[in-house]
Amino acid sequence: MDNLWAGAGHVFWAYVWPTHILQVLFVAVPLLVAIAYYTYFERKVLAYSQLRKGPNVVGPLGLLQPFADGLKLLLKETIVPSGANRIVFVAAPMITFSLALVAWAVIPFDVGVVIANINVGILYLFAISSLSVYGIIMAGWASNSRYAFLGALRSAAQMVSYEVSIGFVLVTVLLCVGSLNLTDIVLAQRHVWFVIPLLPMAVVFFVSGLAETNRAPFDLPEGESELVAGFHVEYSAMSFGLFFLGEYGNMILMSAMTSILFLGGWLSPIPLEPFTWIPGPLWLLAKILFVMFCFLWVRATFPRFRYDQLMRLGWKVFLPLSLFWLVLTAGVLTATGWVPAHAG
Amino acid sequence: MIFTAIMFYLFAAAAIGSGVMVVSARNPVHSVLFLILAFFNGAGLFVLMGAEFLAMILVIVYVGAVAVLFLFVVMMLDIDFAQLRSGAAKYLPVGLLVGIILLAELVFVFAGWAIAPRVAGIAAAPFPSNAAITNTRALGDLLYTRYIFAFQAAGMILLVAMIGAIVLTLRHRVGTRRQVIAEQLARQRAETVAVVKVPLGTGVAD
Repeated sequence: MDNLWAGAGHVFWAYVWPTHILQVLFVAVPLLVAIAYYTYFERKVLAYSQLRKGPNVVGPLGLLQPFADGLKLLLKETIVPSGANRIVFVAAPMITFSLALVAWAVIPFDVGVVIANINVGILYLFAISSLSVYGIIMAGWASNSRYAFLGALRSAAQMVSYEVSIGFVLVTVLLCVGSLNLTDIVLAQRHVWFVIPLLPMAVVFFVSGLAETNRAPFDLPEGESELVAGFHVEYSAMSFGLFFLGEYGNMILMSAMTSILFLGGWLSPIPLEPFTWIPGPLWLLAKILFVMFCFLWVRATFPRFRYDQLMRLGWKVFLPLSLFWLVLTAGVLTATGWVPAHAG
Repeated sequence: MIFTAIMFYLFAAAAIGSGVMVVSARNPVHSVLFLILAFFNGAGLFVLMGAEFLAMILVIVYVGAVAVLFLFVVMMLDIDFAQLRSGAAKYLPVGLLVGIILLAELVFVFAGWAIAPRVAGIAAAPFPSNAAITNTRALGDLLYTRYIFAFQAAGMILLVAMIGAIVLTLRHRVGTRRQVIAEQLARQRAETVAVVKVPLGTGVAD
């Protein structure tokens, strides 16, 4: 037994502590700040697209607004409804938030700059994003409230439906790469970003990403006009805050996935001198910011879908389209002999 | 190595524990949640064995899709817990029998390996080791190259079953109004709007 504990201590000090925890902190802390400022960014973008000014009171240009909001949420009382299933009710926001964070373990910021460079990185991302439905469905059920439950059911059906087409889009990209590793996926785009040959798939992926993160125009799980606030109607204070942060974290994750799969990750748009001076992570950041802006742009522009239209779009438009494009890609690759050699 | 051992016992204990909770939890929704936890620990064990592709597929397919539908159904159905409990004693012998048969089969397999080591050679993976190629590629070779016909046949059977289920449950209700988006988009201004000159004092005659 002593041996075991000594061994465990050795493992902790030798492998876990020094580098891994620092690496995780280097990703997680900027991510949390980014999530906080994404809320500010959203309010500013929405404000300017509606000819308003947005938050401009707390701090210069309203820059301290996210911290004021966070502090307010922290200081409020967390209320658990009397009919709620207490454990599941408390666990649901935690699950949502931690799933939004753990996915970042495999996101590569440059060659070798990644916490876990695993062989099945893209499958890991897909698995984590398909799990985020649990936070919502558990919250809706545990709240013991009609509105919350309806929101959760809507969300579960919606996320399961759009995952199917996201899966086919991923398979199409994988066909062109020949590897499930995210670094390989970016490096395969040295010559041309996948957004050019696979433009319809990129559009399907982005729109499915909107549906997967429950964002406008697919934000039916929390549709204010009919469900008050949907699955998180019974949540207050920081338990609501975790849902909120998780949603924004998922949006940033979706933007990062779009950048890596279709916009060439950390690669510069033109592999020539002045562009290659800018370090790769900055390019990736710029691309993620652009896709994040698109998320807000869509929200400011489009009205909410009706639920049957949402299902129709997922099953009758995106699924056949992505399936067709998958077969087409496979056919073109085979016919032209461009099938990538086994990278791994 | 010791790290792997610690993780193995952690995952295995959690898998067994949550498996017990699946059958003993009072609330069926809790049962499904524990089932999901059991799947997770199974995925963790797969990762420890170096089968990361299987682990991810387990999470994507079982946790991400099948268990969601489970949860859906269990939440929607109004299950009488007491009634469910009372039936448990009746099915206990059958359940025990199935458990014993499974255990016996496992014992036979391992005993067979112990008695005749050559048998274990057959059971060993028929593809190159993990070091040579990734297990994603090994599985792909097996499924899509060597056993492509069996794989396709299984796929066709599933497809037929799926279509069968849809055909059995689909009923077209008469009188419900459905949105046909193509029709809406094909509408021309001329067929929907007419500008009528209304004579003063008489109104429009239909």
